[in-house]
Amino acid sequence: MKLEVFIFMYIATVLFWIIAVILVGSALLVVTLRNIVHSALALIAVFAMAAGIYLLLNAEFIAIVQILIYAGAVTILILFALMLTRTVNLAFNSNPTNRLSAAAVVICVIVGAAIVYAVTSSTHAVSNVASNTSQLPPGINNVVRIGQLLYSPTDYSYVLPFEIASLVLLVAIVGAIVIGRED
Amino acid sequence: MGLTLTHFLVLGAILFSIGLYGALSKHNAVAVLMGIEIMLNAVVITMVAFSAYNAVPKYAGLLTGQIFGIFIITVAAAEAAVALAMVIAIYRKRNTVDVSDIDMMKW
Repeated sequence: MKLEVFIFMYIATVLFWIIAVILVGSALLVVTLRNIVHSALALIAVFAMAAGIYLLLNAEFIAIVQILIYAGAVTILILFALMLTRTVNLAFNSNPTNRLSAAAVVICVIVGAAIVYAVTSSTHAVSNVASNTSQLPPGINNVVRIGQLLYSPTDYSYVLPFEIASLVLLVAIVGAIVIGRED
Repeated sequence: MGLTLTHFLVLGAILFSIGLYGALSKHNAVAVLMGIEIMLNAVVITMVAFSAYNAVPKYAGLLTGQIFGIFIITVAAAEAAVALAMVIAIYRKRNTVDVSDIDMMKW
C-alpha cells in the first residue's frame, strides 16, 4: 500500500471517530437537555456533524444540501415554532419526558440492538458482501453525476420523481399557509 | 484500520435509536419533531453509506443511495414545515403543545 493512501485512510478514520462521537453526543443532548431551546441548538450540531459524515462518504452535494436545508432552514423553523408556542418558563424543565420514558429507553435499545445485529452478525448481513468503494468515471464529480441523474431526459434518470418532489414542496407550502393562517 | 460499511451502518442505527427515544418520550410536540428529524438523518446516513460502499460494480456510478437521500431531505423539509404549522395552529386553538393533551381524535 502506498504511503499517501495509508495516511489518507488514517486521517479519514480519525475524522470519522471524532465526528461520530460529537454526533452521538449532541444527539443525546437533544433528547436529554432540560431546556428545549438548548435542545434545538444541539440539533444544529447534529446536522452539521451529519454533513461531515456525508463528506467522508464522498457525497459532497448531500453535505452542502444538509448544511443549507437542515442546519439552516429546519432549525430556524423549529426555533420559530418554539418562540411562537412558549407555554412554560424555559429555564425550568421546558422539555419534560412522559411517564413511559423508561419503556421508551427499553424499546429504543431493543430496536438499536436489532439493527446492529442485522447489519453486522446475522447470516444475511450486508456488511459481509459490500467492501469496495464505488468509483465515478474520471472527470465526473459527485455534483455533476447527481445533476445528470436528476435532470437528463434520455439517460437513466430521476426526472419524473424530481418533478413530483417539486409538487410535494408546493403542496407543503400551500398546506402550511392554509393550516397556519388565522381565521 | 480503514473505514468499513459497518462503521456507518452502526452509527446510523445508534442515531436512529436516539431519535426514536426522543420521538417516543417527549411531551412537547416540537421536541417530538426534533426526534423525527434525527431519525430521518440516520436513514440518510445509511442510504449514503450504501451508495458509497457499493457491492455491485455495475451500479457504482448510479448513486442511487444519494438520490434517495436527496428525496428524503426534500420530504423531510416539507414535513417539518407542515408539522410546525400544525403545532402553531393547535397552540392558537388550545393553548398547549403537549402531545398528551392533544386528544381530539382519541375515541
